[in-house]
Amino acid sequence: MKARVYITLKKSVLDPQGETVKHALASLGFNSIEEVRMGKYVELNLNTASKKQAEQKVQQMCEQLLANPVIEEFRYEVISR
Amino acid sequence: MKFGVVVFPGSNCDEDCFYVLQSVLKQPTVYLWHQERDLKKVDCVVLPGGFSYGDYLRTGAVARFSPIMQSIIDFAGKGGLVIGICNGFQILLEAGLLPGAMIRNTSLRFLCRYVTLRVDNAGTAFTNRCHPGQVIRLPIAHNEGNYFADGETLDRLRRHKQIVLRYCEPDGQVTADANPNGSMDNIAGLVNETGNVFGLMPHPERSAEMLLGSADGRLIFESIVSAYASK
Repeated sequence: MKARVYITLKKSVLDPQGETVKHALASLGFNSIEEVRMGKYVELNLNTASKKQAEQKVQQMCEQLLANPVIEEFRYEVISR
Repeated sequence: MKFGVVVFPGSNCDEDCFYVLQSVLKQPTVYLWHQERDLKKVDCVVLPGGFSYGDYLRTGAVARFSPIMQSIIDFAGKGGLVIGICNGFQILLEAGLLPGAMIRNTSLRFLCRYVTLRVDNAGTAFTNRCHPGQVIRLPIAHNEGNYFADGETLDRLRRHKQIVLRYCEPDGQVTADANPNGSMDNIAGLVNETGNVFGLMPHPERSAEMLLGSADGRLIFESIVSAYASK
């Protein structure tokens, strides 16, 4: 199984990196951007048999380590390799 | 009083802390390796600054799961004194020993300079040698010192007087201009509800002798010693 995890800052948390990238893009002439939010992407290869089991594990990994619930939210997708 | 300075891979202020405690404050001090579980009967644990585990994933996120941290969480739960400086503060937040989290400085710059701080609570085990409202001068050196907490947490911190140090002007006024990193409420240091765990972004160990430009950092360590003595 392969898992793709996306971690982003919560809407309520200021994202100074996203702001800076937005301004840089605007200076290149990309004026249609309303907001830029930066995040993290984690790819995991798991040797679990079932998709359901893999999803449970990834959920636990996100809650315990990959994301900090105070400032971040996460979503993931599990696909068969 | 016996101090223990924790060493993680990537800690770089451990020797400064050790030196100040052992040679300036003349207190017996030992190192605590992150892979150990034994706290060697210390009376206060110091989590020093640095870049534990290369700041991978999030600052302090990996260090928080090292074997020594499990012992420190138990120690803190029993009322043991714990101080986390800079990266040590970030580790305490990740471990849930203090509320909130750190995000990137609003400037996106690594900030390395002296700041002035107002002591908003001089009644803690870490600030009892200061007087209320005293302005102290300590250096900061961080990239992720922008303190974040939700509104409810901030209210609770204020209600329980847990906000101990705030970035301020030299005259003690807490202003947006005096805030180097975007921290909510200009927060530079806070204690847990029971008052035995303290985290701060500035470095008292780098400012404990006048030779280094300020000796105000000494007040923090001396406060710990006097709090312990009066227990």
